[in-house]
Amino acid sequence: MTPALFLFWVLAAVVLVGGVGVVVMRQPVHSALFLLLSFVGVAGLFVLLHAEFLAAVQILVYAGGIMVLFLFTIMLVNVRRQAAEPFLHPQAGFALLLGAGIYALLGWLLVGEARKIAALGAGGAADPAKLATVMIGGAKIAGNSQAVGWSLYREYFLPFEVASVFLLVAMIGAVVLGKRTMEKVD
Amino acid sequence: MRATSLLPWIPLFPLAGFLVNGFFYLISHSKLGGKDAPKGPHGGGHGSDASGHGPAQGASAHAAHTAAQTGHGSGHGGPGGHGPIPFAALHSVVGTVSCGLSLLFALLAIGSWWGETHGHEGLVATLWTWVPMGSNPTWFGAKALSIDVAFRLDALSALMLFFVTFVGTLIHVYSVGYMGHDAGYGRYFSYLNLFMFAMLTLVLGANLPILFVGWEGVGLCSYLLIGYFWDKDFAADAGKKAFVVNRIGDLGFMLGIFGCAALFGTTDFGAMFDMASKNPAVYGAGGLMTAVAVALFVGACGKSAQIPLYVWLPDAMAGPTPVSALIHAATMVTAGVYMVARCNVFYRISHEWALKTLGEGATVWGLLTHDAAFVVAVVGCATAVVAATMGLAQTDIKKVLAYSTVSQLGYMFLGCGVLAFSGGMFHVFTHAWFKACLFLGSGSVIHALGGEQEMTKMGGLRKLIPHTFVTMFVATLAIAGVPGLAGFFSKDAILAETFAAGHPVLWFFAVLTAGMTAFYMFRLMRMTFWGTFRGTPEQLHHVHESPPSMTIPLWILAFGSLLVGWIGIPAFILGGENPFERFLEPAIPPLPPDWTPHPHHLSLGTEWGLMGASVAIAFLGIALAWRFFSGPYPFSVPERVATALPGLYRWVRDKYYVDEFYERVFVEGLGKRFGRFLWEVDARVVDGVGVNGTSWLTLQISRISSWFDLAFVDGAVNGIADTLQAGFRGYRRLHTGRTENYALTMAAGVFGAVCLWIILR
Amino acid sequence: MVPLTHYLALSLLLFILGVVGVLVRRNLLTVLMSIELMLNAANLNLIAFSRQLGDLGGQIFSVFIIAVAAGEAAIGLAILISLYRLKGSVNLDDAAEMKG
Repeated sequence: MTPALFLFWVLAAVVLVGGVGVVVMRQPVHSALFLLLSFVGVAGLFVLLHAEFLAAVQILVYAGGIMVLFLFTIMLVNVRRQAAEPFLHPQAGFALLLGAGIYALLGWLLVGEARKIAALGAGGAADPAKLATVMIGGAKIAGNSQAVGWSLYREYFLPFEVASVFLLVAMIGAVVLGKRTMEKVD
Repeated sequence: MRATSLLPWIPLFPLAGFLVNGFFYLISHSKLGGKDAPKGPHGGGHGSDASGHGPAQGASAHAAHTAAQTGHGSGHGGPGGHGPIPFAALHSVVGTVSCGLSLLFALLAIGSWWGETHGHEGLVATLWTWVPMGSNPTWFGAKALSIDVAFRLDALSALMLFFVTFVGTLIHVYSVGYMGHDAGYGRYFSYLNLFMFAMLTLVLGANLPILFVGWEGVGLCSYLLIGYFWDKDFAADAGKKAFVVNRIGDLGFMLGIFGCAALFGTTDFGAMFDMASKNPAVYGAGGLMTAVAVALFVGACGKSAQIPLYVWLPDAMAGPTPVSALIHAATMVTAGVYMVARCNVFYRISHEWALKTLGEGATVWGLLTHDAAFVVAVVGCATAVVAATMGLAQTDIKKVLAYSTVSQLGYMFLGCGVLAFSGGMFHVFTHAWFKACLFLGSGSVIHALGGEQEMTKMGGLRKLIPHTFVTMFVATLAIAGVPGLAGFFSKDAILAETFAAGHPVLWFFAVLTAGMTAFYMFRLMRMTFWGTFRGTPEQLHHVHESPPSMTIPLWILAFGSLLVGWIGIPAFILGGENPFERFLEPAIPPLPPDWTPHPHHLSLGTEWGLMGASVAIAFLGIALAWRFFSGPYPFSVPERVATALPGLYRWVRDKYYVDEFYERVFVEGLGKRFGRFLWEVDARVVDGVGVNGTSWLTLQISRISSWFDLAFVDGAVNGIADTLQAGFRGYRRLHTGRTENYALTMAAGVFGAVCLWIILR
Repeated sequence: MVPLTHYLALSLLLFILGVVGVLVRRNLLTVLMSIELMLNAANLNLIAFSRQLGDLGGQIFSVFIIAVAAGEAAIGLAILISLYRLKGSVNLDDAAEMKG
């Protein structure tokens, strides 16, 4: 057991516990907290995967933004009442079955292709150093963030701009949808 | 003036008379409104008469003036006295004068013709071409058939022309008196004139079609005049019967005409007889001539009332008596004989051909099927006998005369049938005189008795109506065949020829008929004029002689009956030739020697013997009638016979039920029942099966079709719909309206897609 | 080094959890949270492959996914608020307008 592997297992457990908690918890607040846990676990996994920038973004956006948003909404919605009602959908059984089915299917695929997958990127291509360094004007700059940033503003500039437009639109939409007084549109 | 230019006028005068009379009649009756209702009482006689007609009238055309001038007073006695008749004088004058002018022109034409040809040729006056030349294939190569409207004057037509116009004029004059008080006076005269026109066309026709036009015309006028008293059912029916029975004969006639056209390519008398007499072997071969001759004779049977088409003539007595005299005694009924005599060539050729073909083994049946002349003779003889027997038991005076006419016509055909055409025509000629006299006389009797026609109600009229009595008596002597009078010579000629031609059986029956003729005629005379009056005192009080307009024609006809016989004195008496026969010779063209039968020579003794036999029979008949019908009525001997043999008596009196037989078989059976059968066929088969059946069939087919449509087509459609609906019902449950269910479906879809990908990989 | 398959298996599991959560839970908030889980799983998958193949593209993609997730969460929650205002509850059973 290498330390990386051990860390992986721990973090995986955290993520999974969080995930299960989200689904299982009766109170949405509890679900939210477990989701937070899951996010943190995922962030750790990102670090393990040499994606430090993304780990940071994960924490910042997901844990810091989205979760806060969720918590605010939970607060607004006053969900205490909901607890008394049965919280599982009648189709739960079928859904579980379906989920198990898909998992089984894809898992079986995965297992089947395990060796091939493992051989992916073998032979020098899978160099972690690639992810962490970038050539800027002839100088080798180290750091994942720099690499991501450089790539973002060069190869992926258009998607970047589009993403910003998208965020703008989302913001406007959220504001509109959240307005208290909405005229009835017939 | 040439005869040919005179000829067309002869029929034209009566035609003009018809138009004028008709016109004035119509305008007079349209103004007055309402039709004239003829007031003929039972039997069709005329009830009232005009009294006080003026003085003597001659037999010429101018006689009518006087009659008209004397005017018509109102009738006395008799049922149906009317008021004054509009245009009466005009009708009388126009009617009689037109006929008289015809007579005048006829005499002039005959005179001119005689002067021109001495009677040896026929003169033809062609007016215009009716049917232009066309190509007409005949049995002997194509010939062009063309029919002209043309008139022919030769010995035969001159003879007919003379007595038709003469007797016709006399009867017109008589009608002025007889019909003087009938409201349909104008109508009567216009029909009478039309009849004269048609008859003259018939007589003068130069070819078969023109003759046929006249033939049909007289048939029409016969219908119009017999049914003159149209408000009496039996009169109207009699008119129809005459026309229909006539028509049956006309079918045969037309077939004969077609046959002639086919054989000769022409229907002109001159041309046809010329061709036929020059080549009898060609035309007579194969029985063609026989067929044509028999077909023509069928027409003659219809017109001249021979068996089986005689039934109309006794019923025709429903018409006014002058009509009976003119049409059914003197002129129309003799048209058949005239036509047969005209076509004598055909019958002679047929006879010779039959003899040549049958040779020695000629049986009666063989002759009947090969020899047209023999057919004519047999039918004529049979008719003569049968009709005479029927006449024995009739009690209506006109009916006796009617059967007598049928019988005498049979005689004429017998004469023609034994190829004694001059004999037959001679009898036509003499018969016209005495029969017309008898009919007019009977009309006078009826008029005197105010309409009574039953002889059982007459008697002892001898002294009361002397003119009528004397003239009728003379005519009776003539018809009985008393030597010296007209009928004697003509009958004797026929009897002699019959015997000479080798038909003793026919001769025997002919002689028997002569005896019966004498018998029933004298019966008539005895019952009418002798004995005590058997009618009502009222009638007796009103008995009066007829006016001169009626008696003068009677006298003229009586004189005729006395004298005209002498023109036909047999050769053996004169020691020379029979003048009449000589006169008619040109009308009987000679045939080649091997087609001419050797003339029959009877020895002088045989001739006298035959004559003696017929005279004896005649006197026997007269004597028997004299004895039987004397004394009070009911007469002893006839009564005893009648009571002893009631069945036979009734059978004879009811004319052997021939009319009833015809009624049952043809009118009822063929006419009504067959017509009904055809109606049934039409209603049941044509309508039922055809129309209704088709519709039923269509209905059934449509039912099947609709079942098919419902079952299969709709079934398919509905089936699909139901299947889909069932499917959809399950599918519908997918649309829960809940998003989470849709999400589940999506997930399921993902699962499915993955499976698919795995499978397809 | 951790084999790729482990990461893949984990992300798969996480994803399934998210799917089941979406399908099973009645509370809309929980459903949205499950959707976040799914997005996370996708991110994980991408990053793992990026590391394996030495390609930065995977990480860039993940950045955008996170951006989209943020936008989507905002909108989703805004909708939820509207729904809550309309219906007075965030229970999916009460939001079955389309039913019928």
